[in-house]
Amino acid sequence: MSQGNNAGIGLEHVNVWFGEHEERVDAVKDAGFAVPFGGSFGLVGESGSGKSTILRAITGLAPDWSGKISVLGQDLGQDRGKEFYSAVQMVFQDPYASLHPRQTVDRVLSEALSLHGFDTINDRIIKILDDVGLDQSFRFRWPHQLSGGQRQRVAIARALIIEPTILLLDEPTSALDVSVQAEILNLLTRLRTERGLTYLMVSHDLAVVGHMCSEIAVMNDGEIVEVLSVEDLRALKANHPYTRQLLDASVQKRKNE
Amino acid sequence: MTNLLEVKNLTVKFPTRHGVFEAVRRISFSLGRERLGIVGESGSGKSMTGRAILRLIKSPGILEADYITLEGKDLLTLSEKEMRRVRGHRISMIMQDPKFSLNPVMRIGDQICEGYRLHARASRAEAKKKTLSMLETVLIRDPERVFNAYPHEMSGGMGQRIMIAMMLIPDPQILIADEPTSALDVTVQKEVLEIMDKLVRERGMGLIFISHDLNVVSAFCDRVLIMYSGRIVETCRADQLHEATHPYTVGLLNSIPQLEHPVDHLEVLQRDDAWSKDPSVSGIVETEEIA
Amino acid sequence: MSMSTELPQKSSSLYEWLTTDTPTSRKQARLSSWYRSWLELRSNPMAMFGIAILLALVLIAWFAPLLAPQSPFTQDLAARLTPPGEGGYILGSDSLGRDILSRLIYGSRITLYIVSLVALMAPIVGLFVGTAAGYLGGWIDVTLMRITDIFLAFPKLILALAFVSALGAGIENAVLAIVLTSWPPYARIARAETLTIRNADFIHAIKLQGAGALRIITRHIWPLCISSLVIRVTLDMAGIILTAAGLGFLGLGAQPPSPEWGAMISAGRKFILDHWWVATMPGLAIFIVSLAFNLLGDGLRDVLDPKKNSK
Ligand SMILES: Nc1ncnc2c1ncn2[C@@H]1O[C@H](COP(=O)(O)OP(=O)(O)OP(=O)(O)O)[C@@H](O)[C@H]1O
Ligand SMILES: Nc1ncnc2c1ncn2[C@@H]1O[C@H](COP(=O)(O)OP(=O)(O)OP(=O)(O)O)[C@@H](O)[C@H]1O
Ligand SMILES: [Mg+2]
Ligand SMILES: [Mg+2]
Repeated sequence: MSQGNNAGIGLEHVNVWFGEHEERVDAVKDAGFAVPFGGSFGLVGESGSGKSTILRAITGLAPDWSGKISVLGQDLGQDRGKEFYSAVQMVFQDPYASLHPRQTVDRVLSEALSLHGFDTINDRIIKILDDVGLDQSFRFRWPHQLSGGQRQRVAIARALIIEPTILLLDEPTSALDVSVQAEILNLLTRLRTERGLTYLMVSHDLAVVGHMCSEIAVMNDGEIVEVLSVEDLRALKANHPYTRQLLDASVQKRKNE
Repeated sequence: MTNLLEVKNLTVKFPTRHGVFEAVRRISFSLGRERLGIVGESGSGKSMTGRAILRLIKSPGILEADYITLEGKDLLTLSEKEMRRVRGHRISMIMQDPKFSLNPVMRIGDQICEGYRLHARASRAEAKKKTLSMLETVLIRDPERVFNAYPHEMSGGMGQRIMIAMMLIPDPQILIADEPTSALDVTVQKEVLEIMDKLVRERGMGLIFISHDLNVVSAFCDRVLIMYSGRIVETCRADQLHEATHPYTVGLLNSIPQLEHPVDHLEVLQRDDAWSKDPSVSGIVETEEIA
Repeated sequence: MSMSTELPQKSSSLYEWLTTDTPTSRKQARLSSWYRSWLELRSNPMAMFGIAILLALVLIAWFAPLLAPQSPFTQDLAARLTPPGEGGYILGSDSLGRDILSRLIYGSRITLYIVSLVALMAPIVGLFVGTAAGYLGGWIDVTLMRITDIFLAFPKLILALAFVSALGAGIENAVLAIVLTSWPPYARIARAETLTIRNADFIHAIKLQGAGALRIITRHIWPLCISSLVIRVTLDMAGIILTAAGLGFLGLGAQPPSPEWGAMISAGRKFILDHWWVATMPGLAIFIVSLAFNLLGDGLRDVLDPKKNSK
């Protein structure tokens, strides 16, 4: 995939819907934003407002969309090629649903590696487990023997192991306790500086988004109501009433302490 | 002793053929008509504790305890059939994996209605009305659509709220909520917590609230148990969580990112093997103390 | 975090290698997971009983020439319809004076042959059709499932009868007929399972790794359907044996003088009142083998059922 300078992910007037006729649900309406190559962009917003749907549209898992989506300078059509999948990886929101119940951790990771034609499978698996803070005894475990947070770390390992350039992270740390969350966020930060990864991250935790991202889009009912910089977020400078409501609620949460 | 629930020396182990892995190790705690938070590391046994109360540990897991009493009656002595009546009727649990607990090929409305009709023997129309109003209570935007949708058509947070709605319908005495709000944004989270809070205050329900979010727990709960490696390492009043003394708790608190104080590198916890060897702290409180 | 208190255990290094929690290679992990399933199955006495009977059946079929006291075809009209235990006929003799025990022993070969062919072919056809329909959806689903429905709409035996009469009598054609009539339920099961998992995130996740439909179906969906199919097939085995016997009974399966159990019952039914053993002995054999399959099926369900282990 050719890399236009500065082009990571770009969305222009993107609509995503599910179903037909009266059953039609407009999950995303006229969304647009741009993430520069090597940048880190956050999506926050109400539950059910279409954050995951945007990520799914980019990866081709939501088939009905219109508008323009480009990744690494190339416009995407309906089909995504092998090249796309080796450049873009996604971590799913629900760690319980995203691991195959009949595959061990090792199988999950080696399947990803072999699909992308990597060698030294063994070493890579050992390394990645170490990176996400799982010790080697987890390597041949089944998902039902793992807790929620342990599963999520396997899912993160699966996305990272094939060395993508763009990572779509759907609430990557909401199943993790704060200490593991800190380890994962540090890992993601390190990888970004080392390998120049581009992140598009969904989270409902403003502090996490604030820590990771330089720009944040706020969604409400399928629409992006505001895009603000992390400085504005910290200074609680919001224009749209929903954003203000969101900021108020999370500040209040902290005040209660 | 009028604690709703009292658990003494609860152990959950998994006999792996290479020795026994103890996911929960001899913990004791009680629950009054209050909001009890359980926090702790991923894999520290929080979910197992919740499941153990309902005797939902699947083989080969082994559940042991001196007793688990619900209003003085030991749950361990009940037959599986009697236990089924306890589950869902007197004790409900919101599982950590919302969509996983729903039938993927059955409409959401039908699943909730079925639960309600089993419980209340209501007519079809009545059940539907109740279901729609429950969905509305948990702030689902479009209850009619959700009623007719399948689980995979729901967002993560909607799945969680559907589970919450389902578990609240039977009006349980005790609600065990395993990370019920981990996928909810702050505004919706606030509302959902208020619903639970109301149940505790108005109906005298007991709530066990398992969560990673230390801020939420300290703001919302009355008392907190802090678990590490299958044990309770510390208990404290929730509003004093930030003055906790155990090095593990302190470490946890330090690794929270803060919006107002940006850092390049988050502090990570340096674990100490000694923490997992200390005996478990008792979380049993006589009711007078809470009041 | 992993804390383990040591248990007293058998000190065999192979045993330890097989049961370790921290396998060091993929092969070891796979072997040890099979070994664990085996241990679990072993702890179920009824399933073990079923396995023992089936193992005995295989051995009997294998060593038939050594075990059978006589040839299954040698007639001795002087000793026709000898009751069990008399004149050296342990289970009696039939209307042509052939030793029933020997015929049963040789007949086990036919039974095994039919059972293994059907057990191999029917579920595979069903699995293919069902998972492809479920995963690909759309018109492929509609077409495949309508075909399945058509097959399902006929009673099994009647359909098999129609096939055999069209193709001609004989064991191979009987097998083919049974396969043709028994795959639709497997396709239904496989499709239903596929529908519950095709929207799961773990399937999406593997799609995002760039895997194609064929790979997803065969490597990620099949493993989830196979356990319920294996259980179902094992439980259906009894029915398959009975269908084969039924075809034999109606003279459309194995042809005389081959000692197929169903054909033996059919031949014995004329004498059922005065010479009960002629029809009863093969009936008993069918009953025992069917029972064995059912017991094994129940045991397998306990071991394989993914729902039990999923959480
Ligand atoms: N396959 C689908 N079919 C129909 N509707 C869908 C489907 N997937 C998502 N939706 C709908 O699209 C809307 C947006 O869902 P999405 O998963 O993007 O929300 P979200 O912002 O990620 O929320 P959360 O924070 O709760 O995960 C929801 O109303 C949901 O019901
Ligand atoms: N079947 C099993 N066999 C072996 N170990 C298991 C099994 N099931 C769970 N465990 C282990 O038990 C421990 C406790 O799990 P539990 O689900 O209670 O964690 P948790 O505190 O809820 O963590 P999280 O916050 O990540 O959900 C984990 O370390 C897990 O790996
Ligand atoms: Mg989402
Ligand atoms: Mg848990």
